[in-house]
Amino acid sequence: MSLQLPTYPQPDERGRFGRFGGRYVPETLIPALDELQAAYTEARNDPAFLNELDRLLKDFVGRPSGLYLAQRLTEHAGGAKIYLKREDQNYTGAHKINNCLAQALLAKRMGKQRVIAETGAGQHGVASATAAALLGLECIVYMGAEDIRRQALNVFRMKLLGAEVREVTSGTSTLKDATNEAIRDWVTNVRDTFYILGSVVGPHPYPAMVRDFQSIIGEEVKVQHQALEGRAVPDAIVACVGGGSNAIGIFAPFAYLPEHERPLLIGTEAAGEGVESGKHAASVAGGRVGVLHGAMMYLLNDDEGQIVPPHSISAGLDYPGIGPEHCLYSETGVAQYVPVTDAQALDALQLLTRLEGIIPALETAHAIHAAVNLARTMRPDQTVVVNLSGRGDKDVAEVMRLLDLGREQDAAPAPRTPEVHA
Amino acid sequence: MTATLTPTTPGAARLHAAFARAKQEGRAAFIPFMTAGYPTAQAFPAVADALLGQADILEVGIPYSDPLGDGPTIQRASEQALAGGTSTRHTLALVRELRSRHDTPIVIMTYVNPIYAVGPREFMRLAQEAGVDGLILPDLPPDQDLEIADLAAEHGMAVTFLIAPTSTPARVKLVAEACTGFLYAVSVTGVTGTREGSALNEVPAMLALARQYARVPVAVGFGVKDAETAAQVAQVADGVVVGSAFINAVKAGQDVGALAASIREGCTQN
Ligand SMILES: Cc1ncc(COP(=O)(O)O)c(C=O)c1O
Repeated sequence: MSLQLPTYPQPDERGRFGRFGGRYVPETLIPALDELQAAYTEARNDPAFLNELDRLLKDFVGRPSGLYLAQRLTEHAGGAKIYLKREDQNYTGAHKINNCLAQALLAKRMGKQRVIAETGAGQHGVASATAAALLGLECIVYMGAEDIRRQALNVFRMKLLGAEVREVTSGTSTLKDATNEAIRDWVTNVRDTFYILGSVVGPHPYPAMVRDFQSIIGEEVKVQHQALEGRAVPDAIVACVGGGSNAIGIFAPFAYLPEHERPLLIGTEAAGEGVESGKHAASVAGGRVGVLHGAMMYLLNDDEGQIVPPHSISAGLDYPGIGPEHCLYSETGVAQYVPVTDAQALDALQLLTRLEGIIPALETAHAIHAAVNLARTMRPDQTVVVNLSGRGDKDVAEVMRLLDLGREQDAAPAPRTPEVHA
Repeated sequence: MTATLTPTTPGAARLHAAFARAKQEGRAAFIPFMTAGYPTAQAFPAVADALLGQADILEVGIPYSDPLGDGPTIQRASEQALAGGTSTRHTLALVRELRSRHDTPIVIMTYVNPIYAVGPREFMRLAQEAGVDGLILPDLPPDQDLEIADLAAEHGMAVTFLIAPTSTPARVKLVAEACTGFLYAVSVTGVTGTREGSALNEVPAMLALARQYARVPVAVGFGVKDAETAAQVAQVADGVVVGSAFINAVKAGQDVGALAASIREGCTQN
């Protein structure tokens, strides 16, 4: 058997990462979560399940994804070598597919013909729709109206793949509301529906299960870094954090190493227009402990417990919470979480594109910004691995709009050049 | 450790007495629900007064931004109440005002995040001060947090947890034994809201199971919308909870008191 899912010391048997995590959900769902937990435990020890997952990850997704030395970006930073873990090379364009295929296989194994998913950037929705098409499952994706606007291309891809996209107009019309709606659907249809959750959030066992499925990213890094650098452990790892699945996928295989062997782990949170502006999605820097979507975590909520609408340029980071395992890492100093603004991300997107010919997702651009800053402070014999969580195809229309806006603002005081008609 | 069963808290005693009084009158207890601050903070007290005129127990919801156990009706009501400035502390102040006019027991329905944000101890203190008799916690399975139930008891209040048609016998036992106010049985797998047709098929079997373990009255809610559905539920339950139907009535400008009176009538047991 070639694929094995790693085991970690967290969470405890009640689904707690320290004080974080748990299962704060309507009682209706508790039996379903117990059932899921049992099915997952059984599947992860079943060679038939693992072989099928392994085959799909290799032949359908195209794993392993590359670990690529970004030479020009490294020169630009002028410090440590910057490696890019190319999750953007995955079929469907992001790390999300790793988890979706695994959960969809689990759904099929559990005899559930109907799957639902929530999506922000649309990448998890596309990955869910893809897995559903591949396995012949009915698929419904909940997506906020605002995100539908920002991610029109992904909405069309989902529909083309045969999924039904349900527009969510409650609350802030973004990822958190799509997640609420998916949970409501699950509460209603729990007997025949499998909820494919897209990040390391939600009630236990989701944060642990999604982490296990995404850990292939970090496990591959060990092997690839060994081959390239003669040692398995890089000096630093940087990843963007929405709910935190791509970050956990690359962090977890290193996070439980003894402290002196552990790389510097840096998660980048979306700081939007700046943490002090109040318009951001930085749950560690600007939030406090609360409960959302079934788990206790750092959360943007006011002093009466109402969720504060997050803001980010990137739909996939536009979430008011952060996965419970990240909260534990932050509290215990295993990883650090730094805010990166919309403007910094937009600059980093253009930087990577110009220097390396790789257009990253807006989410990923947050990590690129922090990685360049970090590499600059390190020695040339050291390495920084950035999780290139996804490619920017989905974002080009939005980026074009944003850059055009910026140009108009810059040009505002000057008289406009009259258009010349031939 | 399990949450201590404390039927001796003043809140629990008042709730149990309300169920007993209704039973004496040959009825299931009638428990209307309304979102605090709906339709507006100004108009809410009059709506609550109308409900309290008929209710055996009034359930007041703290409007919440992310109510994942609720359907569109209560969800929209929450959004409207929040937009009008009503949230946690304000809800407790509204309850306090209601208690100055009414002796009917009042329970608060709240998701857990407002409790954590205010601070569990501070929240309980404010609720006790407001005269709250009990808490209904739709996203808190009792084994998630035992402190909340103990703190509620310490502050004289009862707690109500929920069971659903999907609950296994072991879960029913655990939940039933943790309830000190009443046990809330959700009639359907689903969120709050009125439904077409009878949504009550699963209720009798669930209640038979619940009664093996519950030492408190058992109320049924979700999907009860009129005297007729209330009458069906009243044949098997000690209490009937009605929520979305009242929000719809307020929205439509109907006479909430008259609807409440007719549903209370429907709660007659025979
Ligand atoms: C490319 C990409 N990166 C990152 C994220 C953020 O999610 P997570 O933090 O779970 O990796 C998303 C979410 O849609 C995404 O599409």
